[in-house]
Amino acid sequence: MDRILFGDNQFFAVNHISDEKSRAQAIKFKDDKAIINTLDIAIEAGINTFMCTTHDRIANVCNYVRSNPDKYKDFKIYPCMPYAHKYANAVTELGYVDTLRQYIPGNFFNSLFKGGIAVLSKDFLSIMELLIDAEMKMFKGINTPVIWLQNVITDLLLGLGMKDILLGFHHYVKKKYDAEAGFITMNMPKLLTVLEDGGVENPIICTSINKVGFRMSGGVALYEETLKTKRLRVVAMQVLAGGAIPSKEAIEYVCNLPNIESILFGASSKSHILETVHNINYFDEMHKTI
Amino acid sequence: MLKVALIGAGKMGISHLSILGAHSKVKIVGVCDTSKMVIDILDKYSPFPCFTDYKKMIREAKPDAVFVAVPTKSHATIVKELLDQKIHVFVEKPFCLTPEQGEPLITLAQNNNLVNQVGYHNKFNGTFQEVNRLLKGNYIGEVSHFQGESYGPVVIKKQSYTWRSDPNEGGGCLLEYASHVIDLINHTLSPIVSVSGSVLKSIYSTTVEDAVYSLLNLSNNVTGVLSVNWSDETYRIMSTTITVMGSKGKIVSDANELKVYFKDSNTPEGYTKGWNIKHVTDLTDKVDFYLRGEEYSSQIDYFVKAVLGLVPNTINTFQSAWLTDKAIDMIKKSVK
Repeated sequence: MDRILFGDNQFFAVNHISDEKSRAQAIKFKDDKAIINTLDIAIEAGINTFMCTTHDRIANVCNYVRSNPDKYKDFKIYPCMPYAHKYANAVTELGYVDTLRQYIPGNFFNSLFKGGIAVLSKDFLSIMELLIDAEMKMFKGINTPVIWLQNVITDLLLGLGMKDILLGFHHYVKKKYDAEAGFITMNMPKLLTVLEDGGVENPIICTSINKVGFRMSGGVALYEETLKTKRLRVVAMQVLAGGAIPSKEAIEYVCNLPNIESILFGASSKSHILETVHNINYFDEMHKTI
Repeated sequence: MLKVALIGAGKMGISHLSILGAHSKVKIVGVCDTSKMVIDILDKYSPFPCFTDYKKMIREAKPDAVFVAVPTKSHATIVKELLDQKIHVFVEKPFCLTPEQGEPLITLAQNNNLVNQVGYHNKFNGTFQEVNRLLKGNYIGEVSHFQGESYGPVVIKKQSYTWRSDPNEGGGCLLEYASHVIDLINHTLSPIVSVSGSVLKSIYSTTVEDAVYSLLNLSNNVTGVLSVNWSDETYRIMSTTITVMGSKGKIVSDANELKVYFKDSNTPEGYTKGWNIKHVTDLTDKVDFYLRGEEYSSQIDYFVKAVLGLVPNTINTFQSAWLTDKAIDMIKKSVK
């Protein structure tokens, strides 16, 4: 994985500290062109990986990337699935069964239902595989070396003790897409234990890492201990803790921790993008010289 | 370990189950749902004992406490059965369909000395907790007006039948959505005692309202406006905002960001004259397991601790949720 990954929250009005900012972002990034322009600024700053949800509008970004192969020849996308609100809204409106009917290709779904609902639940892993395929369609022809499970699903399954489904995601992504599976979580130490017990070696985990312990369930000390003593490849997210820590201080902290392979951040403005990239590069250099 | 069971594994039920499943003091002794598909999947992939009949589950699993997350219509019946069997109860919001249904349950829970809690999670949100602290401390002076607002994209086109579109099942924007902000007004300001007038508007739904607009009067004679619309797709997710005007300042808060304006330098600690902005990141308590927001884990942890006798059972009691049911009833009756 690259050292710096660019995220997509800012494009889709996801803001963890301000509803008002989130609405302003929805206005700013109304047109797909605005997203592309910001991505291009990130690329100019040396970032070649875009980590994004399987939001409908990402399909348009993918179309643009495919139609400009020279410009994006080194460009990678890390899809994060599912875009949970899409399914949550569908479940509210249609119920579980009709939601699956909506997102799973027709024939297979109908054949499952011929055997009744019992067949559906017994073969839930196949259903999951079909849902992954449906989500991956938009990325056809694009380099997607790591495919991620969103934290709301990772953590839901973790709490429900459904480890076979977590492991099923890992195995299927490897087999079908020749990619590595990544897990986004707000409960890193707990998840790591489950993945280790399931035989996943050196798992890829994206999780909140910041010195104030924001969204680090179990606390900073447990996270630091886990990073120091276990084998895992971490993508650090929410390093600024939603703005609670000044950028330099936040990045210095993360750059000095072991097992942090990548840092994920999102920003809307050129100055923010450049500042963050500069800080990561600076503290990485500092860390090397120590 | 506290033995906990769940009745109703829909969207909220599954979320509660996951948080409970990760809780170090909880053992899940049963999960019950009427959907065979949901129960089959949980039975096969989760470690929890599964049932399709809740009475059978209660008999066999013998839980100390039960989470009830079924459609509102069935709350009163199920909660009464549980209380009769001396089981502590956490029930999803709104409490009951009518205040008449809920009132006897308050007494029953008290008489049987049982912990009772309703899932109004905003009370466990850091920014709203701070709003409550500022108002209870009288820091913005005498309150002259408030506005409680919630907007979001729940029903944004005409849709087929679900229990949410059935007023007899507890559907509609007033019970399902507005109840959150009504409960927050009751809690942070003062209970609603009368309603001067309301408009319940259908936008896409045919059988229930999609928007609620009301003029509210509180027990401390403060008046304000309620404005809720679940058919507003300009919001990505539900956004609830409380605005309070006072003689010494003003508060504007949603679940993520608190803005407070003070007219002079006589402010509480951590604030200064003029605008102050605080974020949920600074105000929220840490949790041991995070799923959808700290408040969802915190409310469950609080309930578990209350049953274990570690905290008093004073937040989101049946009594407080019943006041919200009563306000909902007044709003319905105030429609001309």
